[in-house]
Amino acid sequence: MASLLRIGNGEVVPRQHIPRIDFPRFLRVLTDFVRCNGYIVQFFAYPEGERMRLLAVLRNSELHVVETEVERDYPSLTLLAGAKFNLFEREIAEQYGLRPNGHPWLKMVRYHANASGRPDVFGNDYRTDIPGNYPYYRVEGEAIHEVGVGPVHAGIIEPGHFRFQCAGEEVLHLEIQLGYQHRGVERLLTTVPQRRWPILCEAIAGDTAIGHNLCCCQAIEALAGLDVEPGARTVRTIALELERLANHIGDLGALSGDVAFNPPAAYFGRIRGEFLNLLLELCGNRFGKSLVRPGGVTQAMGGEQRRIICAKIKELREEIVQVCDLLFSAHTVLARFEYTGTVNRALADQLGLVGPCGRASGLEYDVREFFPTERYADLPAITNRATNGDVYSRAMVRREEIVHALDLIEQLLAAPEEAHQPVRSAERRLAPASFVVTLNEGWRGEVSHCLLTDDDGALLRYKIKDPSFHNWTGLAMALRNQAISDFPLCNKSFNLSYCGFDL
Amino acid sequence: MESVLSFGLALVLAPLFPGIILKVKALFAGKQGPPLLIKYWTLAKLLRKGSVYSTSTSFVFRLGPLVACATAIAALLFFPFAGKAPLVSFHGDVIVLFYLLGLGRFFTIAAALDTGSPFEGMGAAREAFFGTLAEAAIFAVLILFFRLNGSLILAGYFTGNQPIAIAGPQGALLILAVVALFMLLLAENSRVPVDDPATHLELTMIHEVMILDHSGPDLALIELGAFYKLFLYAALIASLLKPAGLAGPFAGTLAFYALMAVVYVAIGITESLTARLKMNMVPKYILTSFALVFFAIILTVEIA
Repeated sequence: MASLLRIGNGEVVPRQHIPRIDFPRFLRVLTDFVRCNGYIVQFFAYPEGERMRLLAVLRNSELHVVETEVERDYPSLTLLAGAKFNLFEREIAEQYGLRPNGHPWLKMVRYHANASGRPDVFGNDYRTDIPGNYPYYRVEGEAIHEVGVGPVHAGIIEPGHFRFQCAGEEVLHLEIQLGYQHRGVERLLTTVPQRRWPILCEAIAGDTAIGHNLCCCQAIEALAGLDVEPGARTVRTIALELERLANHIGDLGALSGDVAFNPPAAYFGRIRGEFLNLLLELCGNRFGKSLVRPGGVTQAMGGEQRRIICAKIKELREEIVQVCDLLFSAHTVLARFEYTGTVNRALADQLGLVGPCGRASGLEYDVREFFPTERYADLPAITNRATNGDVYSRAMVRREEIVHALDLIEQLLAAPEEAHQPVRSAERRLAPASFVVTLNEGWRGEVSHCLLTDDDGALLRYKIKDPSFHNWTGLAMALRNQAISDFPLCNKSFNLSYCGFDL
Repeated sequence: MESVLSFGLALVLAPLFPGIILKVKALFAGKQGPPLLIKYWTLAKLLRKGSVYSTSTSFVFRLGPLVACATAIAALLFFPFAGKAPLVSFHGDVIVLFYLLGLGRFFTIAAALDTGSPFEGMGAAREAFFGTLAEAAIFAVLILFFRLNGSLILAGYFTGNQPIAIAGPQGALLILAVVALFMLLLAENSRVPVDDPATHLELTMIHEVMILDHSGPDLALIELGAFYKLFLYAALIASLLKPAGLAGPFAGTLAFYALMAVVYVAIGITESLTARLKMNMVPKYILTSFALVFFAIILTVEIA
């Protein structure tokens, strides 16, 4: 493993220290790594002068980084090393026009022209509309029918196209096509002043404002050598857990609503709002926007806010437990949840699922435990008991995480108050020719940002990865041989981000 | 005259009762819920709107709502509300009644298929399949009633000297029929646990997905037809539940509508307490109702 450099979460590494190996060796190292319980955190291309480099951040129980240089094309890692590389390679092909030769299904990810001026790998004409331009996978036969859903949906949700190949009510194959919300966030970040980075990162996925922004701010802090006061770290940790609570509770309510079991849907809907209101108490925004900034938090948490949060959690905990009992003890609900949309451990491992979806399939990976940031090193980890990989497990993991998050916040608030100063945004000088990767356990799972600076300390490449990038494939696989009428339920049990994927 | 009045009353009151379901469900969810008259407002709103027609549809699409509503109204003509003589009645009218509803379903399905949408085709397939199974159960109920009463006239079941009622001599048997009819009511009127009238998820819908493309007055007709169909099924159950000895025209009508309200409240409670069935469990559910009635029929053989 000498070809890999061990790094820490949020640790600045001079770029010349990153091992640069030739492609055949790169291929061998990565292939070996993912075969031995290794996963990919980031895998992306960036230009260095006239050349293109591929950089990979890998994880097992530790984080590693390695890079290589490629020409116009390279042998596909998806073909040789497995499905974990699938979307990453397609993304690289789309962003920089580098072709992974032999990729089993080279298809665009977000439908946009590449940034390098190379000829388009997919042969697309980007002046025409998206639908119909995709080479959809098709099952043929007289009994097969195709159902296309979206990109415009019935509810107030984000756009995405789902193409089902069905035999009667049974889904043989689901193809998910996203990209309708591609805004070019990564490229935009390299062109705007540093003070706008956190604001943009809060908008990567509106429901993960704190998760993404935390990654961004930690990266800036690392590159600028900023220290964060412990008190501010406590606030950030609480904010991240509140975000998790609000979303998980909303998800359980929505799962309940999807099987037409109304009472918990209504109760959870209200309780979700209570947690959003606690974020409002912390920073004046229900989604926690403008709270986290490089160096700390913009609003110090005072004694009164601590009391409000404590009182609210005490009040809601019992209610949450009761509504959870109502939901999980209704046998008609269990009949819908159990054995529906199963992703078994082997498959989840093959795809590299992260977050609650991964844990529900038995992959015990939690950034808070493996690569702790903020206050997580002092806090207890969570173990999930339901690991069958079905809708029930994914719901159960959420339930366990809700209780766990309540415990964490109470534990943090039980500690004596640590005074901390609010910070203000400022342009900071970043370490030149450096590399940093930050990971946080957002409510959907591993959120990761990767920053590369050039010799002047300017931003060379900003790479964002939302957990949804790993997990969308999991949803597609969960639908295999399921009833098409169970799709909304499976979809909700994953509840992945469209805009976080589309960037 | 009395028959016309009771028929008119039924037509006017039918949209009131689904409001009760919504109210009950809202109470279970800790909400205030919409006003009881919400369905009247909805109808008024829809009737004021224009309709939008896809260019890929033909006259079949426009015929669907008309036929669905007309057949549901026609079916009510045969019903002896609160024991009053119906407007139309003849030997074998029960069979006509249920095939009238079948005709309405046929045109709804045809209109759905006419749009060419994969969603609506899926809904139509489900409706046709589940409807076929439900028909078997309905006819089992009719066989049971025939065995109890020897009549093939709907009015004959619930009027006269020996009405079929839970309070009557074969009451214990009829409990099975009431339960089966209630299950069928839920299945045939797209209620939970078979269908979810409140969902926005097309892939899970049965009835709602077939009418996605209808709008304005057409949708109002479909809704109205659905209210009447539900009313008919609820009236069947209410008539079975009706206690004997309420002779007066006023008291009888009042008791009948009170029982109707009870049936609708029961629907609301059922919908609040249960989740939907998996789609592949629906046939089992419908066949369970069939089995219950079939069992009741076997018991009548023993009695005879």
